[in-house]
Amino acid sequence: MVDLNVKIHDLELKNPVMTASGTSGFAEELTDFYDVGQLGAVLLKGTTLKNRDGNPYPRMAETASGMLNAVGLQNKGIDYFIENIYPRIKEYNTPLIVNVNGSTVEEYIEVTEKVNELDKIPAIELNISCPNVKEGGMSFGISCPSAEAVTREVRRVYDKTLIVKLSPNVTDITEIAKAVEGQGADSVSLVNTFLGMAIDSEKRIPLLSTVTGGLSGPAIKPIALRMVWQVYNAVKIPVIGMGGIMNAADAIEFLLAGATAVQVGTAIFKDPFIPVKIITGIEEYLTRHKMQSVNELIGCLQM
Amino acid sequence: MSKKFVEDFKVAENIALNSSNFLIKLVSPKKLPDIKPGQFVNIEVKNSDEIFLRRPFSIFEIDYQKNTLSLIIKILGRGSKKLTELKAGDTVNLVYPLGKSFTIPQSDDRILLIGGGSGVAPMLFLAKESGLNRENVDILLGARSREDHVDASEYSKYGNLHFTTEDGSFGEKGFVIHHSVFQQINSYSKVYTCGPDAMMRAVAKTAKDEDIFCEVSLENLMACGFGVCLCCIEPTQKGNLCVCTEGPVFNIKELKW
Ligand SMILES: Cc1cc2nc3c(=O)[nH]c(=O)nc-3n(C[C@H](O)[C@H](O)[C@H](O)COP(=O)(O)OP(=O)(O)OC[C@H]3O[C@@H](n4cnc5c(N)ncnc54)[C@H](O)[C@@H]3O)c2cc1C
Ligand SMILES: Cc1cc2nc3c(=O)[nH]c(=O)nc-3n(C[C@H](O)[C@H](O)[C@H](O)COP(=O)(O)O)c2cc1C
Ligand code: FES
Repeated sequence: MVDLNVKIHDLELKNPVMTASGTSGFAEELTDFYDVGQLGAVLLKGTTLKNRDGNPYPRMAETASGMLNAVGLQNKGIDYFIENIYPRIKEYNTPLIVNVNGSTVEEYIEVTEKVNELDKIPAIELNISCPNVKEGGMSFGISCPSAEAVTREVRRVYDKTLIVKLSPNVTDITEIAKAVEGQGADSVSLVNTFLGMAIDSEKRIPLLSTVTGGLSGPAIKPIALRMVWQVYNAVKIPVIGMGGIMNAADAIEFLLAGATAVQVGTAIFKDPFIPVKIITGIEEYLTRHKMQSVNELIGCLQM
Repeated sequence: MSKKFVEDFKVAENIALNSSNFLIKLVSPKKLPDIKPGQFVNIEVKNSDEIFLRRPFSIFEIDYQKNTLSLIIKILGRGSKKLTELKAGDTVNLVYPLGKSFTIPQSDDRILLIGGGSGVAPMLFLAKESGLNRENVDILLGARSREDHVDASEYSKYGNLHFTTEDGSFGEKGFVIHHSVFQQINSYSKVYTCGPDAMMRAVAKTAKDEDIFCEVSLENLMACGFGVCLCCIEPTQKGNLCVCTEGPVFNIKELKW
């Protein structure tokens, strides 16, 4: 048996494959297909302090090897989550990580304080990179001072594993990564979606109600991989890699580039079993290459 | 939440119903789960670089003995076109069964089923499964012209068939809401509709004005089909709901139409 365990700060994962926020609901939807206990972790749908209706329809557009979305963090707010959803999902045998969002630093803090009280949530992912909201979101993640401020303030009120999710819509992602590391982030996850746009040439209209939206899927993989590699070389904290991962080979590329774990997002829309298939695929790869542990892959790109 | 599957099916047959609609019968190597009218599948379009996501289609017919499931696919764009090129023996991958079904009528109901365009399939499936005598079921199908109608004659055993065409080449001339059976909407206890948005909205408006039970099946754009992406939402009295899990069937009272 090969060893698939990895560690993100205090968070021990049975394998390095997580499902990405906004692409795996509240884990319940995946249990219609399989036991989510197989997964390394599940990142829950982005949550804010208050109810958000999200953006108007249409919110998605298919693009070459990927898609644009403009969901805009539709969710019922953290209190609704704690009262109605958390009790239903908390016994799942996989770490559940809340994706924390806010339009002000105070909102990030308030949501984090509430999540800190939940026994079965061992970590949060601070989303400072959502491109689909007018206030907050990505604006925190594209400048060092604001990324530092929100990380510092959230760190003060949170004692479990703090992951900060980075935006790729910046000139130098390593600057932001170093900035949040400096303020006590335990890990960084990257990338969130790339700001993009699609037009219906016949009708001469934008395909998204918001005109621009976030690009995800295989189309972004080479850029995401490059960014993971750069960040891995710039920080000491563990990096969680994502962006267009569709199969085990893609996931292994991210591990080799320095990711301690990966997240699978848009691929789930094509086939919800892809994260499970990736776990088996990594196991087979390790066996085939006569490796004992997945840790032998992390950052082990041969140059 | 109910059990869902990702399964390879084999194409048993692909029949052109007319120039733009195809009946595709798929066979599963496994026993099919229970499937109700209104539910749909999300089908993978293979060997295409530009087509990344699956395409949703209503289930048209089901045969639990033979483990077959049929779809009626109308060519709209690239994905539907590609699917209509499938040949017997080809393999396709489905995520299914998805969504909630129509409210199955009660024995004393008199129902009107209104289908147009790509919405014919679930209406005919519901006619078959309604459990009612055929005299209590009226099926009204609308299309642009005679050649755009699919041959539904087999369904006359489940209900009375009525047709409209915009050019008057078959059935009554006009849209479905102009048809004489629609003028008698008050004689039905339940009205169901699936098809182009404008058609469903027109039907829903009359049903609402006349205070008649009416369910519509929406065809919003979808990415996942099982409730995780929140792309397919419809504004409702209860806020934005996912069409793929809370629908595709909605009572018009729930909608903001
Ligand atoms: C629950 C559900 C059940 C359905 N059942 C059936 C069925 O039984 N038979 C059938 O023929 N079709 C059905 N449809 C519609 C079918 O999914 C679409 O026609 C198909 O996905 C179009 O794909 P395409 O690649 O051919 O079009 P594309 O190339 O993706 O698009 C062509 C054009 O049509 C527009 N378009 C595509 N899909 C939609 C949509 N859903 N609503 C509005 N505009 C759209 C695009 O924006 C574009 O302008 C159903 C849809 C849903 C959600
Ligand atoms: C429909 C959709 C919704 C998303 N919602 C969120 C979200 O709520 N919070 C978040 O941090 N990222 C969100 N993301 C971004 C993904 O978690 C992920 O970072 C991105 O899609 C890149 O990975 P992928 O190519 O594997 O999908 C969303 C992505 C998609 C496609
Ligand atoms: S299509 Fe993804 S939630 Fe409905």
